[in-house]
Amino acid sequence: MSETDRKIRVLVAKPGLDGHDRGAKVIASVFRDAGFEVIYTGLHQTPEMIVSAAVQEDVDVVAMSVLSGAHMTLFPRVRELLDAEGADHVLLTGGGIIPEDDMKELEKKGVGRLFGPGTPTTEAVRYIREWFEENRQPEGV
Amino acid sequence: MSSERTSPSDPHDASSPTPETAAETPAGELSSALAALVEGMAQGNRSSLARAISVVENERAGFQDLLHTLLSRGRAGGTRVGITGPPGAGKSSLVSAFARLCRRGRQEVGIVAVDPTSPYSGGALLGDRIRMNDLATDPGIFIRSMASRGSLGGLATTTKEVMDVMDAFGFPRLLVETVGVGQTELEITGAADAIVVVLTPESGDGIQAMKAGLMEIADVFVVNKADRPGADRLVKEIRSALKLRSGEVPGAGSGHHGPAGHHGPSGAPSPAPERKEASGDRASEEPEVERWVPPVLLTMGQTGEGVEELVQTVDRHREWLEGSGELDRRRRRRTADRIRDVLDRELKRRVRRELARESVLAQALDRIARGEGTPYSEAAAFLELMGVDPAQAPLPAGGDGAEAAR
Repeated sequence: MSETDRKIRVLVAKPGLDGHDRGAKVIASVFRDAGFEVIYTGLHQTPEMIVSAAVQEDVDVVAMSVLSGAHMTLFPRVRELLDAEGADHVLLTGGGIIPEDDMKELEKKGVGRLFGPGTPTTEAVRYIREWFEENRQPEGV
Repeated sequence: MSSERTSPSDPHDASSPTPETAAETPAGELSSALAALVEGMAQGNRSSLARAISVVENERAGFQDLLHTLLSRGRAGGTRVGITGPPGAGKSSLVSAFARLCRRGRQEVGIVAVDPTSPYSGGALLGDRIRMNDLATDPGIFIRSMASRGSLGGLATTTKEVMDVMDAFGFPRLLVETVGVGQTELEITGAADAIVVVLTPESGDGIQAMKAGLMEIADVFVVNKADRPGADRLVKEIRSALKLRSGEVPGAGSGHHGPAGHHGPSGAPSPAPERKEASGDRASEEPEVERWVPPVLLTMGQTGEGVEELVQTVDRHREWLEGSGELDRRRRRRTADRIRDVLDRELKRRVRRELARESVLAQALDRIARGEGTPYSEAAAFLELMGVDPAQAPLPAGGDGAEAAR
């Protein structure tokens, strides 16, 4: 495997107490089929668990599925912890039932694009690919 | 930004468009970025460790120098346990329970878990962490998932080297979990000192276990999901298969499993190393050492039952490894394999690059098309061009890798 086709590593995380992980599982499969290396950690993840996994796995992207309405807390919290761990180069994106105003608000806080219900999964794949091409770290680090 | 995997000592690298961190550094000298990672690791920084692992996993420029530096520091020396077995045997849960017990003794644990890469998309869904969630925020645990990336031995090609990086970080305990394997994916022997083979009552009858491969590499057998029907039968079958292998008559020699009082809660006899006795033993010319008979344990990974005994057994095995000199032998073998691997990789890389130059390959194809050569004559000519005298380099007659087999 040459590093020219370096794999994009994505952590797919499902925070919160609800058991609705279908979306997370679907997107994890879509990412795998797109050629990404997906780390899926299962249900009930706390922001601390998510960030700890993101650091250890040295991922490029954290994609969170938030359906509980707690997105205004969860996304900023994970962003904050990522930055505190020196993982400010990691893209935080995600999806769920998130009103557009909230998406804009979160974007100002350093969160990437968020995807609402009904978004074709290919759009998320394209977004991550494009982000990766523009932002990938220089080789050697 | 792409770059070839470069060896800094290679004369051709100077001209290739590699990033500033690559090439031109003499062997063993690190780029400043990599040196910073080594420094960070020495201070116990986990992000540095995680990034160093990525450098090695992706074979980025300078990764061999990074490994060289880490190995020369001599911090490595953790006990490495490999967990292997068929898919769904409960390897991840067992690793999780194992690590939790180590943490009770305040030992820090490094875990590498390998899952398969899809041969179709090249992507992978790495799900071993799902079973390890209770370890997720423990600062004494570091888990790294790896995709197999087309490697067929149950590990990724760089897993052994990633283990070296984790070892150099200073974890006293290292666990490596393979892809769910069948019978011949035995790369794990190159990554660990002790191999635990996990089976379940559903794994199939004892004949499966008697087939070549898994049976021969196991230091400890675990029959997981021990509450399911057939567990005891599987234990018996593995034991009798082990006896057949060691040349014993099944049923004979009741004193072969150590003091009866050491029986575990699951009824599994305590794994006391056996004194080698039979003078007709095929290995009798070797120095007189205690032989290790792989114990067969019953566990329930999800509840943690039997896992304490597994940890104790692995520790006892470790003592045996050290006391018998087997640890040194295994490490020598592993190092020999590593040298071969590094050479293989390096030679392959150079050959590929040479072939890509100035249509060397195209010319060879033309000659073959004109009937002036065959793939064999062209390969021989190419070797000569590279400075390898074909006559001096006969292909190994099947003996290659014999040392790798235990």
